[in-house]
Amino acid sequence: MSDGATGAAVRLRDVAVRYPEADRDAVGGVDLDVPAGAFVVLLGPSGCGKSTLLRTINRLVLPYRGAIEVGGSDVTESDPETLRRGIGYVIQAVGLFPHLSVAKNIAVVPQLLRWPADAIAARVDELLELVRLDPARYRERLPRELSGGEQQRVGVARALAARPRVLLMDEPFGAVDAIVRTSLQDETLRIHRVLGTTILFVTHDVDEALRLADRIVVMKEGRIEQDGTPLRVLAKPATPYVEALLDAKDAVRRLSLLHARDALRPANGADTAGAPLGAQAYRVEAGATLRTVLSELLEHADAVDVVEDGRRIGTLSFADVRAALLASER
Amino acid sequence: MNFVVRHPVEIAWRTLEHVQLVTIALAVACAIALPVGIFIARNRRLGDVVLGGLNILYTIPSLALLALLVPLFGIGTTTALIALVAYALMILVRNVVAGIRGVPFALVDAARGLGMSTRQTLWRVEIPQALPVMLGGVRLATITLIALATLASWVNAGGLGTLVLYGLQHDDPSRALAGSAIAAALAIAADLALRRLENLVRT
Ligand SMILES: Nc1ncnc2c1ncn2[C@@H]1O[C@H](COP(=O)(O)OP(=O)(O)OP(=O)(O)O)[C@@H](O)[C@H]1O
Ligand SMILES: [Mg+2]
Repeated sequence: MSDGATGAAVRLRDVAVRYPEADRDAVGGVDLDVPAGAFVVLLGPSGCGKSTLLRTINRLVLPYRGAIEVGGSDVTESDPETLRRGIGYVIQAVGLFPHLSVAKNIAVVPQLLRWPADAIAARVDELLELVRLDPARYRERLPRELSGGEQQRVGVARALAARPRVLLMDEPFGAVDAIVRTSLQDETLRIHRVLGTTILFVTHDVDEALRLADRIVVMKEGRIEQDGTPLRVLAKPATPYVEALLDAKDAVRRLSLLHARDALRPANGADTAGAPLGAQAYRVEAGATLRTVLSELLEHADAVDVVEDGRRIGTLSFADVRAALLASER
Repeated sequence: MNFVVRHPVEIAWRTLEHVQLVTIALAVACAIALPVGIFIARNRRLGDVVLGGLNILYTIPSLALLALLVPLFGIGTTTALIALVAYALMILVRNVVAGIRGVPFALVDAARGLGMSTRQTLWRVEIPQALPVMLGGVRLATITLIALATLASWVNAGGLGTLVLYGLQHDDPSRALAGSAIAAALAIAADLALRRLENLVRT
């Protein structure tokens, strides 16, 4: 979809939150720089302040100290309603309005922004297609006539309705089963790729974080414990806490972040590189994770061919996988 | 029944008076209960205090309440209306508060997060969500008032109670019976109609 919507950067400086009558900070002085278009996942155990931190960005929670910028301007400059209409927000409980149809739920923000009716109707259909729900079938349904996964999709569509430059997602897929969750994660990645929206995503599911993030922010008791790429956080956990939380010692988990393309031993010699495929060899796609490659190797052969667009571009053996793993630790 | 046949005009007149008392009291009570209920629903402590107070008021017997009001407002329709409004308020305010407080936090959170103002959240989310509970209150208040309004005749405010009171005092049981039967029929009809309305807004 050519939305022209590109993400905005989000900057937090020394942000601290304390709820009334609490004896300690729910968020204690957090600095965070999210570049435009990034997919950042806040990861940490229940109660560590992930939601609270997220909610400071759309001013649902007010920090008592610190500054927050979205797209270069301080969030306290505009009034909270205007700010929020420009920031998508998806919550675990979904929060679809039960008395409104799917179309009307999605139309909430455009309506608040007083878009013309035909523009809203067109946008609703466009969004339903984006989240892969057939507009004709789903437009007029009520939320209770949808499955949990479909509700989540509508929740995402609603959040994206007015082309926000930042999307906040607070455990959006917590309430669905593993298969639906995986497909919703794929959809989210696709939408992120297509729209370029900056995404801040909260979860306490390590695998979800590793799958989605291009940066993981590990939180503990209201503070950032580590902030880095998934591979970095897994390979070089900054503290024993991070190591334990991510089960970073688990080499197989790390392999799931590495791809065949980056580890392969290129097919050498002009005659074999890009050569048509032989019939016998086991093969994997260049985009497959090394975790997949490992299981192929364990089951079938000492080496597999790596293919891309139907052409063989190299090979991978146990030794290559191991070398890639060790390289990732540096 | 033969009383009804013999005095159709008086029956119609008293029934009209009765319906009028109930309708006016209900309208006034609704107009007060909605804003008051919404206001106190938002404030935990104030809400608990007000609801506690209303519960105590509710335990005062209706005749005793009338008796208390007579020295203040004299005999007549005003006194009857004040008593009816007071009773309706107890029921309505409670239901408005329960309705608003019963709206799931996630919905209010989503509404605010999408950029609705407090007022927009109230009208577009909280009130529609609370509507079935609030209408349940209206139904309960209506049938309560239809019964209570038969006591209006004690302060000379007319209504079907007049037939009951007169019938009892003048040894005319069919008159008293006609008054009670019509009040009961009104209550049942109102109950059915309002239930139907509730079901309409629920879907
Ligand atoms: N509205 C509130 N009032 C008072 N305290 C709160 C409120 N919301 C959260 N807290 C407290 O602040 C701390 C951080 O809560 P927060 O909801 O941000 O955690 P979280 O990391 O999102 O947890 P979870 O994964 O369970 O959602 C917790 O100790 C929580 O009890
Ligand atoms: Mg949370």
